[in-house]
Amino acid sequence: MKSLIKVGMADLKTATNPEVLTTLGLGSCVGVCIYDPITKVSGMAHVMLPDSKAIRNNSNVAKFADTAVLKLVNDMVANGANKRRLVSKIAGGAQMFSFSSKNDMMKIGQRNAIAVKEMLKELGIPLKAEDTGGNYGRSIEFDSVDGSLRIKTIGHGTHVL
Amino acid sequence: MSMHLEEVNGMILDVLKEIGNIGAGNAATALAKMINKKVDMAVPKVNVMEFHEVPEILGGEETEVCGIFFKLEGDVEGSIMFLLSVESATTLINLLMPGSNVSEINDFTISALKEIGNILSGSYISSLSGLTNLDIKISVPSLAIDMAGAILSVPAIQFGLVGDKILIIENEFIECVENEKVNGFFFLIPDVDSFDVMLKSLGISI
Repeated sequence: MKSLIKVGMADLKTATNPEVLTTLGLGSCVGVCIYDPITKVSGMAHVMLPDSKAIRNNSNVAKFADTAVLKLVNDMVANGANKRRLVSKIAGGAQMFSFSSKNDMMKIGQRNAIAVKEMLKELGIPLKAEDTGGNYGRSIEFDSVDGSLRIKTIGHGTHVL
Repeated sequence: MSMHLEEVNGMILDVLKEIGNIGAGNAATALAKMINKKVDMAVPKVNVMEFHEVPEILGGEETEVCGIFFKLEGDVEGSIMFLLSVESATTLINLLMPGSNVSEINDFTISALKEIGNILSGSYISSLSGLTNLDIKISVPSLAIDMAGAILSVPAIQFGLVGDKILIIENEFIECVENEKVNGFFFLIPDVDSFDVMLKSLGISI
């Protein structure tokens, strides 16, 4: 039995081999998974909003794409990961309710996914795989043994990235 | 000036509770008319919770729940979501259409649930509108049945713009004859600026 480390909403955690990081019921939020294949240090963040600079009350760094990814990488490096080896996988960013209007708030999932990818690119961390968008929730498990990302849904199957 | 939910003081919480009470009372009346039976209602519970605590009240992040979501339009902008367990949803449909013996969610039940959500949220918002003297309307409904965590991410993100907590109003409707209980949760989420508009119209300065 592998030990599961749960990452809540607006939260981030790191893990080492053979621990598994998990976050349940991702909707418009994005699960960011980062991995060092040599030391097998892994990290996961559950991001709610794209940009910490757009909001005054931004003390929780794990809530925002820009600050969460940066903090996660720093935490992983502190735990023995090498920044140059890091790779990433992301999941989530769905639009749970659909409306015809152009309201930005409704497209928050898509904006979260874009913001995460921009931040990963800025830090030079390659994106190996993603499962984003759609209109359904996802639960994810990120295995620090091999860096595989298992995605479970209701009605849209289970698959591994 | 905008307010952080963490700073919600006792009085404002009381006002929101009262809005919840009156709104839910109207919703219960509307429900009683719809099913043509007496409907009782427990005193609504108004809670300010941490994001991660919210899915617990529904049985965990992966519990399948039904959310019916509306945008608020007019003087107050934002959204309202009516959330209930799949079990409560089927109970509600069976109360509404006795003899239909609904046990699963299909296109027919989805459209029935949208209509129920529309009537409940509509009466909720019209009482808020009457109380505040503000012109508030709701949009057409959008419905999703999925993991509680995923559905709750929508109001959580909107509350996330103002703080790290979420305000929820829990209502329990009890159909008196067969003593069937339906637990529903209303999430009233005014946009940051609309919070002020709402409270000001009630004579509360923040």
